[in-house]
Amino acid sequence: MLATKAIMEQGVHVEGINFFTGFCVEGHTHAIRKKNKAKPKRNNSLWVAEQLGIKLHIIDVIEEYKNVLINPQHGYGANLNPCLDCKVFMVQKAQQWIEENDFDFIITGEVIGQRPMSQRKDTMPVIARESGANERLLRPLCAKNLPETLPEKEGWVNREELYDFSGRTRKPQMTLAEQFGFTEYAQPAGGCCFLTDKSYSDKLVDLWTARGKKEYELDDIMLLKVGRHLRPKAHFKMIIAREEGENNFLQGYKNVFQTMTTVSHPGPLVLIDGTLSEQDCWLAAQITARYSQGREAEQVDVKMTQQGEEKSFLVTPLSSDEIAKEWHV
Amino acid sequence: MNKQFLDARRLLCPMPVIRVQDKIKTMALGDQLEVACTDPGVMQDIPAWCRINGHQILSANNNAGEFTINIVVGD
Ligand code: SF4
Repeated sequence: MLATKAIMEQGVHVEGINFFTGFCVEGHTHAIRKKNKAKPKRNNSLWVAEQLGIKLHIIDVIEEYKNVLINPQHGYGANLNPCLDCKVFMVQKAQQWIEENDFDFIITGEVIGQRPMSQRKDTMPVIARESGANERLLRPLCAKNLPETLPEKEGWVNREELYDFSGRTRKPQMTLAEQFGFTEYAQPAGGCCFLTDKSYSDKLVDLWTARGKKEYELDDIMLLKVGRHLRPKAHFKMIIAREEGENNFLQGYKNVFQTMTTVSHPGPLVLIDGTLSEQDCWLAAQITARYSQGREAEQVDVKMTQQGEEKSFLVTPLSSDEIAKEWHV
Repeated sequence: MNKQFLDARRLLCPMPVIRVQDKIKTMALGDQLEVACTDPGVMQDIPAWCRINGHQILSANNNAGEFTINIVVGD
């Protein structure tokens, strides 16, 4: 937001590009969870573009992103976030976009030293080089700490009016935001991507381990954002809705998965991934009962649906001690 | 004036916005696009996207969880 404004202040026409990888925190989570209902749902990048008065292009990169996440040349960050490869990929896509749309250079809001992996002084040139953007990549907020780029050399922008921010402190950014008159300043600190989240990454690793290979579809990664995930046995996993919004969302997958619900008591919708033996079904039913309002009851009636066929299980819910810690993914 | 329909039901944001964007690229100034969606987020996101990209919202209705938005393509 600040980088864009800084360049617009120099009279340059800027348009925004937002890449949708499938792991963006935006959008879906709002749609899924009812929590924070009072807060208006908004897409941050659209909001920022509107504040700045620029056009925004949202690009679906779900398919191409798979290779970035599955085979990152530079490895992962603290969790499954392949930040350096991700940045290279996005700048590369932006480079392709500017060529197709007749734009001259790319700007990003990166600041040297702000993030441990992708925003170090030594990784900045890696992004410029490997993306193929080279001298056409300008970082207005820390340009003065970096070698001159094409837009500066050509005089499209005035280097003197760019910035020399560095390090983890956000104070200079806050001051600049104030100068620009931004009262609400949204700068997520890595909070825009599920891959930086430990519990999300653990779920993705679990999915890959269970499948015996690193691969995913959009539905897989959507479902990792929703519900309580329990793996009572290596060969099956349960996704248990935690509230009404999640329940509604999981309803959409009813025909793809085996499901369980409690009939005698109100309870969540549970999706089951895997092939279950008769004994596994009884265990899954007891777990389902545990997460229903009948958790203290003697007996709970659980209905299992599989490809239109229904089965009924009359079970005693497991106690909380019987839900093993290691089942939680 | 050409009128087109886009089915973006069961897609979650920002996918409906992306579909609208890609569809509008193929349409001409003054054409109309009617888009059907189920993610309530579209009631914020599609109008916001249209405002910043110069398209006009004719109507946006919620019919029992199915949202219909009518857009006139701008330049
Ligand atoms: S936080 Fe996510 S989106 Fe951002 S650079 Fe890292 S992997 Fe990419």
